[in-house]
Amino acid sequence: MIHALKMFYTTVGRKMIMALTGLFLVTFLIEHLYGNLLLYKLDGGVAFNEYSEFLVSSLFIRVVEIALFAGFLIHIIDGIYLTLYNRRARKIRYEVEHVSGLGTWFSRNMGLTGAVIFFFLVVHLKSFFVPYRIFHTDTSLAYEVASAFRSNWYAALYVVSMVILGSHLNHGFQSAFHSLGFNNIKYMKPMKTLGTLFALIMMIGFASFPIMFYFDIFGVGTDILGH
Amino acid sequence: MNTLNSKIPDGSIENKWTRYKSTVRLVNPSNKRRIEVLVIGSGLAGASAAASLAELGYNVKCFCFQDSPRRAHSIAAQGGINAAKNYSNDGDSVYRLFYDTVKGGDFRSREANVYRLAEVSANIIDQCVAQGVPFAREYGGLLDNRSFGGVQVSRTFYARGQTGQQLLLGAYSALSRQIAKGQVKMYNRHEMQELVIVDGKASGIITRNLVTGELERFSGHSVVLATGGYGNVFYLSTNAMGSNTTAIWKAYRKGAFFANPCYTQIHPTCIPVSGDYQSKLTLMSESLRNDGRVWVPKAQHDKRKPREIPDQERDYYLERKYPAYGNLVPRDVASRAAKQVCDEGRGVGPSGLAVYLDFRDAIQRLGRHVISERYGNLFEMYEKITGEDPYQTPMRIYPAVHYTMGGLWVDYNLMTTIPGLYALGECNFSDHGANRLGASALMQGLADGYFIIPYTIGAYLADDIRVQVTPTDHPAFQEAENSVRGRIDKLMNVKGSQPVEELHKKLGKILWEYCGMARNEQGLNKALAEIKLLKEEFWKEVKIPGGTNEFNPELDKAGRVADFIELGELMVLDALHRKESCGCHFREESQTAEGEAKRDDNTFSYVAAWEFKGDGSEPALNKEALEFEVVHLAQRSYK
Amino acid sequence: MSETINLKLKVWRQKNTSAKGRFEIYDMPGVSTHMSFLEMMDVLNDKLIRGGQEPVAFDHDCREGICGMCSMFINGRAHGPLRGTTACQLHMRHFQDGETITIEPWRANAFPVIRDLVVDRSAFDKIIQAGGFVSVNTGNAPDANSIPVEKHKAEESFDAAACIGCGACVASCKNSSAMLFLSAKVSQLALLPQGDPERKVRVLKMVQAHDEAGFGSCTNIGACEAKCPKNISIAHIARLNKEYLRASLARD
Ligand SMILES: Cc1cc2nc3c(=O)[nH]c(=O)nc-3n(C[C@H](O)[C@H](O)[C@H](O)COP(=O)(O)OP(=O)(O)OC[C@H]3O[C@@H](n4cnc5c(N)ncnc54)[C@H](O)[C@@H]3O)c2cc1C
Ligand code: HEM
Ligand code: SF4
Ligand code: FES
Repeated sequence: MIHALKMFYTTVGRKMIMALTGLFLVTFLIEHLYGNLLLYKLDGGVAFNEYSEFLVSSLFIRVVEIALFAGFLIHIIDGIYLTLYNRRARKIRYEVEHVSGLGTWFSRNMGLTGAVIFFFLVVHLKSFFVPYRIFHTDTSLAYEVASAFRSNWYAALYVVSMVILGSHLNHGFQSAFHSLGFNNIKYMKPMKTLGTLFALIMMIGFASFPIMFYFDIFGVGTDILGH
Repeated sequence: MNTLNSKIPDGSIENKWTRYKSTVRLVNPSNKRRIEVLVIGSGLAGASAAASLAELGYNVKCFCFQDSPRRAHSIAAQGGINAAKNYSNDGDSVYRLFYDTVKGGDFRSREANVYRLAEVSANIIDQCVAQGVPFAREYGGLLDNRSFGGVQVSRTFYARGQTGQQLLLGAYSALSRQIAKGQVKMYNRHEMQELVIVDGKASGIITRNLVTGELERFSGHSVVLATGGYGNVFYLSTNAMGSNTTAIWKAYRKGAFFANPCYTQIHPTCIPVSGDYQSKLTLMSESLRNDGRVWVPKAQHDKRKPREIPDQERDYYLERKYPAYGNLVPRDVASRAAKQVCDEGRGVGPSGLAVYLDFRDAIQRLGRHVISERYGNLFEMYEKITGEDPYQTPMRIYPAVHYTMGGLWVDYNLMTTIPGLYALGECNFSDHGANRLGASALMQGLADGYFIIPYTIGAYLADDIRVQVTPTDHPAFQEAENSVRGRIDKLMNVKGSQPVEELHKKLGKILWEYCGMARNEQGLNKALAEIKLLKEEFWKEVKIPGGTNEFNPELDKAGRVADFIELGELMVLDALHRKESCGCHFREESQTAEGEAKRDDNTFSYVAAWEFKGDGSEPALNKEALEFEVVHLAQRSYK
Repeated sequence: MSETINLKLKVWRQKNTSAKGRFEIYDMPGVSTHMSFLEMMDVLNDKLIRGGQEPVAFDHDCREGICGMCSMFINGRAHGPLRGTTACQLHMRHFQDGETITIEPWRANAFPVIRDLVVDRSAFDKIIQAGGFVSVNTGNAPDANSIPVEKHKAEESFDAAACIGCGACVASCKNSSAMLFLSAKVSQLALLPQGDPERKVRVLKMVQAHDEAGFGSCTNIGACEAKCPKNISIAHIARLNKEYLRASLARD
């Protein structure tokens, strides 16, 4: 066991940590998106609230939640570590450097997009997770969400962050498989396409909420808020 | 005047090597640990020797002037490596490979050595495959072969157009393994500048650390030179820029005989020169002649585009003159034929010094993908350099200096005339006679390094077990180091007005003009006089910037060129004395009615081994008579 | 196209590893477009020497794209603007009249500058020494055809083996990672039956040597692949990762 853990000390191992935690976070994203989609049921937010309450009360979810936080923590710490480590591997920089065409913008800016996601997470947790989960406020979570998205700055922040998340995933999703060795010459292109597709689904999926609620499309907002 | 003992073992030619191996004196494993061997060079010959000797338990120090052993000039070999495996079932055998090589060399090589080379050739392929060399394979998973110039069987193993690279990386990996074990100590960016002799035996070397400029002393029980060919004496050649003669030249000046210096191979398929700034020539592998057809227009000065010239107005001159071998005649024959048609005013391209190598028919017959699989990287290389696409328009090619058959004289053990000093690979003279066949230099380098030196060096070292290596404060080391330092200072103090390259170019022009594809007495005499003048000019005019104790590539080059100039003189002398034509050495005075090389076996069936007699005196000629017990001497014919 | 062009060169000059470097600017009028990039550098050096200045030091040997010695960062790109091309194979016809060309050495802590454009790449040798070989002594080999190798595997193995060890991958990588170089060797041997017995130790040791040399960690960007003169694919890095995972999880 100790022996197997040693593998994570190397540059290759460190990267596998990124991939493993990244993919774990991806499964969370999928689950999260599913939950959020309940907001579109036009049932006054009932299904969504029931679902949220289930999450709060289930012991199993409690355990998963810890894992999730650990996952984020490890992903973030390792991400910061690697970004700095890699920067330090070249003390003297180039005078002229043309990077266009040498890998994508997305792949070169994982640290940056990750940092934005982190910033977003803090805001996001502060507005929904902390009051609801820690202080157990009695209000309907669906109501909170719907009203938050009426705010200009909040909706805008949310949309921008989801674009950034899409960027992170556009490289991250396929990269994770690559890092774990599940890739070869034949799959390279399809994997990239799949990664982009996945990133787009996540981006559009999540970004749809602020947009739908802000503009009250199909009356999703009115349905929950009553106005 | 046969002063040379080539130490050929007794017995029939098939049994010599086997008998030798089972009777040669051995060094016992515990004693090997006490023995130091210095290997100069990390090309195919050097790397394979260093690795194999280390595997046996010797302590090896290995040197190269590049930044890594992986970059030796062997890396550039393209076409392939011969071996008598008969995997193609086309009747190949050790004897046939032996015979082809002796014949290809125009009967100027030593039978026993060549036979041994053919014998071990098969082991080389086994060894390389086991190392993970990715040779080309058939769909069934077995090794693929192709044919090369001068032979009628398919015995050439290849790895796309990068065979030398793959073989060298194989040897490099074996070497790396020994470096990791501490059995070989590798010295990169170190250039051997002098040989140290103690009590008549090779006992060490002086090197210059090319990064710091420091002179360093290394002592060993034996010194193995594997420093490659000296084709760069012509300035323009297909050799890597750093290839040089310095190591073997120092050995020559210390008493090792230099054999057949004038035998230089001019390769028929190179990209033509495009301007004065040209720094080197690029070879297009001979393997291209398997599928490409060589032609020039029938008319003189025909300026039409190649595709506009209809078939009946083209002269496929190799197919016409040599129907049996066609485009696959040996290199010397193909080169001279190209020179001939260009001299007739039928050459193509802006300079008129080129012929076409055309793939149109092969592409029609086999399809573009087959051609691209076989030669893809060569075609790309051609396009990069010339900006023309050989799938669309024929390549333009012209002969260029490529390989030097001459080198230090060695006996059957690969030992030079200095006891304890060995020469392997291209830097010795041993196996190719007056002309080397394609794909046999790689074979020779690896045969020498993997399979021959590990046996033969034991015969010498067996005596040395009790002797400690010479301490490096021995006066001989001091003296050698002083002479190196003296020369470097002398070079730096010339402070003339001409950069080294310019003087090197002048030397190249003289040699190419008078000692190149065709030679005659008058021209050679002229060359001799011009080189003498150039030598004076060099020592008055050379301009070397920078300092001695630092990274100074101009100083490195200057030392090499100074040696090249001296070597050039010896080459001309050798060419002058050999009044016959043989293989690559074409004396215009000695040709058949059809203009082919005409040997004079009665007078010149010997190896010319030159002995240094001091600066300013003529070197002495020693002869090793060549006796042909197996092969019948015959005028070569490829018709 | 015009046969000659006028250029300005902005070249990194540095006396030795510990010295401080700086850029120098040189005028290069009348450069023939048929020249190779290194021949253009020769012309520059010829001028410098005649003018009593020190020539620009740069590594080179074969000048045909196979030895891996040449190493220049030209106008912000390793080996210059073209794909699949070393600096020595780059010809001046790819540059514009009046252009300023910036020439820098490879930049990575693991590749310290020795002088001007010359860097020390011995870290690559160390990686190979750690395990980039098959442990077979001379004379131990079975007949070459005794083990057939699937053609497509032999081909893919060759694709990886084509690496010339130039270091452009490291130079182009944002992370100064040598993963492409390392993976090329691991992949070459992993694809062949001859490499099989040592595949576990090999990958572990080679990765360790890579890290000890101070190269960064790969983040699958692909700049290496885009600038590799031998077009080595980052798919080999995926194979390396798989080998690494397998080796790490193995029981022994
Ligand atoms: C373009 C080209 C293509 C070729 N294609 C083929 C082919 O297809 N088939 C074939 O059989 N042959 C081919 N050849 C010939 C073949 O490549 C060479 O003959 C062979 O590789 C020479 O190997 P070597 O080990 O003797 O020397 P090299 O590979 O030249 O190695 C010389 C070594 O000595 C070192 N060295 C030299 N001088 C010193 C010094 N003073 N101090 C310290 N170290 C020194 C160098 O650093 C280097 O490591 C080709 C040659 C060329 C030029
Ligand atoms: C929902 C949140 C997130 C998800 C789903 C996610 C997903 C991923 C994935 C799949 C990878 C690819 C791993 C690989 O290349 O092997 C990755 C890499 C990375 N992530 Fe995240 N991530 C998230 C949040 C973050 C955060 C908050 C940060 C930062 C502070 C961050 C920083 C990074 C970095 C630096 C990399 C490394 C780049 C790389 O190795 O290619 N990520 N992420
Ligand atoms: S992988 Fe490509 S870029 Fe990297 S060293 Fe090898 S050949 Fe050069
Ligand atoms: S000089 Fe050999 S690859 Fe460029």
